[in-house]
Amino acid sequence: MSGKTLVPPEATSQGVTPRPASAKPTQGTAFMQRLHRERARSGPLFLMALPGLLVLFTFSYLPLPDMILAFKDFKAAQGVWGSRWVGLTNFQFLFGTGTAWRIIRNTLFLNSLFIVATLVASLALATLLNEISDSFFARIYQSILFFPYFVSYVIVGYFVFIFLSSDNGVVNHVLQNVGRQPVNWFNQPSYWPIILTLVTLWHNLGYYTVIYLAGIIAINPEYYEAARIDGATKWQEIRYIMLPLIRPLIIINVLLAVGRIFFANFDLFINVTRQQGALLPTTDVIDTYVYRTLTTLGNFNMASAAGLFQAVAGFVLVVLANWIVRRVDADQALF
Amino acid sequence: MAMARAQDSHKVQRRAIARGLMHALMILVCIACAVPLLLIVSASLTDERALVENGFQLIPSKFSFYAYQFLLADSGRILRAYGISIFVTCVGASLSLLLMSLLGYALSRKDFPLRRLISFFVFFPLLFNAGLVPFYILMSRTLHLKDNLLALILPPLVLPFFTLLLRTYFSTLPRDLIEAAKLDGASEWRIFFQIVVPLSTPALATVGLFSLLFYWNDFYLSLLFINNPRYYNLQYLLYKIISDLQVLENSFMQSGTKPPLESVRMAMAVLAMGPVLFAFLFVQKYFVRGITVGSLKGD
Repeated sequence: MSGKTLVPPEATSQGVTPRPASAKPTQGTAFMQRLHRERARSGPLFLMALPGLLVLFTFSYLPLPDMILAFKDFKAAQGVWGSRWVGLTNFQFLFGTGTAWRIIRNTLFLNSLFIVATLVASLALATLLNEISDSFFARIYQSILFFPYFVSYVIVGYFVFIFLSSDNGVVNHVLQNVGRQPVNWFNQPSYWPIILTLVTLWHNLGYYTVIYLAGIIAINPEYYEAARIDGATKWQEIRYIMLPLIRPLIIINVLLAVGRIFFANFDLFINVTRQQGALLPTTDVIDTYVYRTLTTLGNFNMASAAGLFQAVAGFVLVVLANWIVRRVDADQALF
Repeated sequence: MAMARAQDSHKVQRRAIARGLMHALMILVCIACAVPLLLIVSASLTDERALVENGFQLIPSKFSFYAYQFLLADSGRILRAYGISIFVTCVGASLSLLLMSLLGYALSRKDFPLRRLISFFVFFPLLFNAGLVPFYILMSRTLHLKDNLLALILPPLVLPFFTLLLRTYFSTLPRDLIEAAKLDGASEWRIFFQIVVPLSTPALATVGLFSLLFYWNDFYLSLLFINNPRYYNLQYLLYKIISDLQVLENSFMQSGTKPPLESVRMAMAVLAMGPVLFAFLFVQKYFVRGITVGSLKGD
């Protein structure tokens, strides 16, 4: 097993060349030798992979069987396996009360808003940054734009509070200064899809701008030169050269986001809406619902049912999105 | 001739205007990015009474370092949270980088048996995840990790996405190099640490940074599994003091005086952001290179 059995290839081939009279046992030994060598070679590699695989197994695979809880009436004393089967009752409750409709609608609607807004804004900024020939300024802009991505959503929640706090918030202050009525923001669900979109933009814009900018920079400048010789305007260059050339990148990023459209950004929702009951009609998403139902209501049944629905719907969508990516550009497909 | 020159100068002028507009637009966007954070800094430097009377402002209506003095004087709680955050982040991120790169490297080797199967094993959690309830049961009932720092360190140790990103990067390294080292009798471990690791700084830096950021900014795991205030990390303490003013008041009971709540909260937020800004300045370059290089692919 150890390194000592590792024989240089020349030595082995030399040792095998003078074949003894009986072939069979030699074949056997050769096979054993190969096996031995194989194990000596891959043993350390296995050892390298093992700790990571164990962690992954524990935290990603071990919980899988407990998903059957969605079809049970969970009693802590009886454990997951001892609890009574109830068939689809949990789902009937979930979908019967309208809750499911609300959280699914909010999740899909808000995520779609985020995807579209992020795409448009980051493409525009990437185009702009690409046009700015002064690389010193371009670098500074890019850094400032990128920094919010590093800021935790807890802190995002802090400044949203500074902006929207009803008595001493910045926005109400401004509203009053221009003679408008202050708004009790944390009580008005209708504003929140826009607020959440702006906050998401603030946080993620830099990241996607960097990705698209890299794609734009990689475009061969000869295409532009050729277009310029033909008298193309800047807009035509963007419209007919840049956009078509980074289209695969756009499609892949959007499809990846669409593949995860059933999964909300939990940190964003918890910290920014501050779990205000009044905002739930427009801001309650699957993830916040599952969390709230599990921890504050202790209702494992509803939480498991919603979780299972999310996992299955998410899986179907990811596979579907990947199937489409594969058709667009097989190289970019995830699997 | 004269007309052409006039046209040319017209063109130059228009280009200058366009350039000015682009810079103006970028500066506006950058202001929009910076203002929210500056507001927090400003609030932390504003006198508490001015804050209550005038509301939050970009430039403090009345400067005061009192919030920071207050935090310094009664720093036990926040220092402890800092300590927890630093400990969890350092242990978590370094262990995470080690495990993920070892696993990624093994998977990048064409001669690794069961390579496809194990790659799929790593990849599958990206597609299908058990979700919160089973995870919660595993952590609290099976592993008994409630109120245990391991609950903050262990679950994000191996993230499939980054493991596969590392694998993709490692597989671009010249194979001959590894073969040559093997002929010279180097062990797999030595090859990994002395050849592969030094050649992979961009990828390792990117993943390491993502990992650092993840652990430092994580409040979700604390939210789920930490009840004991002794184990609050910085983000969770921040979350607690903004969602529940009582927590902040209780934190400073010993001091006797009523703390300047608003500005102290903001000062704590500034202190939590500090290290991130510091790290950002150093590693940004790697980061940009990393996210644009690391295209993730299956087999």
